[in-house]
Amino acid sequence: MTGARLESGGAWLDRSRPVRFSFDGRSVKGFAGDTVASALLAAGARGGFVSPILGRPRGIATAGVEEPNAFVEIAEPWFEPIRPATMVPVVDGMVVRSRAGVGVLPDDDIAPRPSQHTYRHVETLVIGAGDAGRAAAAAAAGRTLLIDEQPVVLDPPPGVDALAETTASGIYDDGYVVCYQRIGDADVIHHVRASRVVLAAGAHERPIAFAGNDRPGVMLASAALAYLERFGVLAGQRVVAFSTNHAGHDAAHALARAGAQVIVVDPSPTGGDATARLRAAGVDVRSNARVVATAGDPALRAVTIEGPDGGHETVDADVLAVSGGWNPVVQLARGIGVGLTYDEDKACFVHDGTGPAWLEVVGGAAGDVPASFPLWVVDAGDDAEKFVEPLRDQTVADVARAVDAGLTSSEHVKRATYIGTTIDQGRTSGVLTAEIVNQLLRWAPGAQGPSNARPPDTPIPFSALAGVDIGLLADPIRVTALHPWHEAHRAVYENVGQWKRPRYFPQGDEDMHAAVARETRTLRTSVGVLDASTLGKIEVTGPDAGMFLDRMYTNRMSNLAVGAIRYGFMLGLDGMVFDDGVAMRLAEDRYLVSTTTGGAAAVLDRFEEWLQCEWIDLRVYCTSVTEQWSVIAVGGPNARKVLTAAGTTVDLDNEAFPFMTFRDGAVAGVPARVCRVSFTGDLSYEVHVSPWHALHVWDAVMTAGAPFGITPYGTEAMHVLRAEKGFVIVGQDTDGTQTPDDLGMSWIVHTGKGDFIGKRSLVRPDTIRMDRKQLVGLLAEDPAFVLPEGTQLLAEAEIPAPPAHMLGWVTSSYWSEVFGRSIALALVERGRERRGATIHAELDGETRAVTVTDPVFFDPEGARRDG
Amino acid sequence: MLLIRCPWCGLRDETEFRYGGEAHIPYPADPESLTDEQWADFLFMRDNPKGTWAERWVHAAGCRRWFNAIRDTATHRMVATYRMDQERPV
Repeated sequence: MTGARLESGGAWLDRSRPVRFSFDGRSVKGFAGDTVASALLAAGARGGFVSPILGRPRGIATAGVEEPNAFVEIAEPWFEPIRPATMVPVVDGMVVRSRAGVGVLPDDDIAPRPSQHTYRHVETLVIGAGDAGRAAAAAAAGRTLLIDEQPVVLDPPPGVDALAETTASGIYDDGYVVCYQRIGDADVIHHVRASRVVLAAGAHERPIAFAGNDRPGVMLASAALAYLERFGVLAGQRVVAFSTNHAGHDAAHALARAGAQVIVVDPSPTGGDATARLRAAGVDVRSNARVVATAGDPALRAVTIEGPDGGHETVDADVLAVSGGWNPVVQLARGIGVGLTYDEDKACFVHDGTGPAWLEVVGGAAGDVPASFPLWVVDAGDDAEKFVEPLRDQTVADVARAVDAGLTSSEHVKRATYIGTTIDQGRTSGVLTAEIVNQLLRWAPGAQGPSNARPPDTPIPFSALAGVDIGLLADPIRVTALHPWHEAHRAVYENVGQWKRPRYFPQGDEDMHAAVARETRTLRTSVGVLDASTLGKIEVTGPDAGMFLDRMYTNRMSNLAVGAIRYGFMLGLDGMVFDDGVAMRLAEDRYLVSTTTGGAAAVLDRFEEWLQCEWIDLRVYCTSVTEQWSVIAVGGPNARKVLTAAGTTVDLDNEAFPFMTFRDGAVAGVPARVCRVSFTGDLSYEVHVSPWHALHVWDAVMTAGAPFGITPYGTEAMHVLRAEKGFVIVGQDTDGTQTPDDLGMSWIVHTGKGDFIGKRSLVRPDTIRMDRKQLVGLLAEDPAFVLPEGTQLLAEAEIPAPPAHMLGWVTSSYWSEVFGRSIALALVERGRERRGATIHAELDGETRAVTVTDPVFFDPEGARRDG
Repeated sequence: MLLIRCPWCGLRDETEFRYGGEAHIPYPADPESLTDEQWADFLFMRDNPKGTWAERWVHAAGCRRWFNAIRDTATHRMVATYRMDQERPV
């Protein structure tokens, strides 16, 4: 006979509500209030679990989060890969399976547990609802929150907000505590900010390392007591209690009163008050004795006790209740600067009084634990059978091996053995391991403490941390006002930051190559249209706007005429290209600057930082208007005809409306700003309209362009077209280590206008080195071969022995339909000097000859921009 | 997670803010007049004391205003925050 439910008792139990659940395919009965562990013990089970590495039979060892043996997967009514069986309240119809310390995710998609986050601001947060925690909560003034990880908070003080099944995961600066609550099949993360935090997490009982201490039936004395008091379960009929302290003795006494036959084995020479008390009650207490072996098949059947004279006696037992002393639970506070000091009387580490003023530690966590005889390892029997960390199958022999290898710090031993890296966070193994190391090194007890603990204090599902921030809410998708048209016309998208941009618009069964070839050919020979709405747009206003932009850009913006546009670079203070774009002067005191699609937020931040921190006297205001304007770029030799046909009040004549200017007017009957800029080299008009009118204007352009065979084109064609012109993309042809001169764009730097960000760095010794990498064009010897972007470049055709000197790498590379061959851009050491020379691209251990050229392949005279 | 007192918005969670490095390193009035060493010192060199120091923060997910703070690097304690146009208080 083993564990059994008593006729009465069980403070957490509702005996009027029987439940039935499945454990490893077997049906188990219990009551509402049971955990999987208590119901299994009530059903007489002692084993049922195995260890993760050695596959040793294991049983339930604890009644809480410190459980190192008994883990289950919850399969129904929700899925969780692994939880301690001691922490799973049973519900009717639940299906659980034993897991050997490691969860397994199913191949199928699983629905995450629903989760939400809440924010709570309280005067006092009390962590732990034992006697000390309840007293602290009752005494606290103001809004008070009391939490406990167990499923029940008994007798919460009136007026206190009490949450059961809620665990503090971590305590952080300024009273910030992340709490994890389980409500049936759902999770809540509470972000608690408290003026005062009271840690009343109690103490964990410590096991003792003796041979055979991992056998099913060996459990902590406090666990045997908890199963009796909370669930009315007597874990065994014949109990041996191996106890170093009065709490262990008292637990044994309670088991005896509940009907078990009990022998208490006490390693202390004479025993204290508890020994006398138990003996007076007729309990068999053996002083100066210890447990040296266990036997069973595999669950515990007998315990061998060594007496003071060294003689051995083997007694029948179905439960061995172990109490090796008590560890105050201060792991949570250690991350916030609370230190530990060794208490010799109690044989444990207690809070040393350090830590933040808003944190208070009380009760067992503060060291209010029984005095204990210091016993860590029983020095009889095989060390390889004395388990220190059951969840990693690590024994005293494994710790000794680590120490023999020269490790002395408990932190190092942790990393060598993986002790404490477990689901239970080393709750039962941490102090034990430190003391075994101390003992092996012949250091005094307490010479060093356990390895540090970090949040999360107990495992939290990632789904709980994610909360509702999953799917679209985790990474929002930004679409332009023209997105419905793209959707209706089979656009294939490219993600640019959070934007969905059409990459190409395939027709029929075209692949990307065919679609891009058609789109680029159509633009170069007739007309194409691009949704350019995602470009960042910032309005810079105020009387000092021009002066401000002069300082931010490499070129002068203050002398830009109203109605004119200028292209510019922004540099970092280190002189390296940071972003590019055009500035349009809308009025004397008003500019609209564009940024790269990905750089919009960073550019606005940078403007604000300089305006607020450095030039606080400048009267300048910056406003993001990226989403206030849709941009439709009509380009190609027939662009003027198409825009004319679409209907516009703007005089598109080349003389009246020259390159790099803009005009306000109407297009297709709606207000529009038309800009003559070109990222393709061909005649191009960028039409800026309200997003409300974007689809209308786009449709008008498509209709007007139909006789010209107009094509919508995507970012891939745009990349090819701009690379043919040698236009760089910041972030693709640059990586934060290129000056304007490296890109062959010294013309963009106006050194005569006064200071600007990065100017001084352009004459640093490193920036004027002659052997810097410079932007060049590359033509592969085989015109059909498109070099992979990122390909490394060598001077030699033969790959030299490492370390080979690399000349640079390919930054952009495409099939160019207009040239009927491949083209590439690259950053190459002394690249401009090498124009006309042959260098070599390394690919998979082979090289291919490439010719260095000017980066402008197409229309170097710029004859086509006016159409 | 620190509680940071934005000079405009009051005490807010650290997650609303972005860090901006050491404060009170003014942009040189005339960078051209600096030697390469002096310019490199401005560009790259920052203090790293144990104890209090001044640093910049921006209330990025709030009012988007920059301000200065005195923080103890050993304890994380925010000793003071103050506006850009105010003198360092301690």
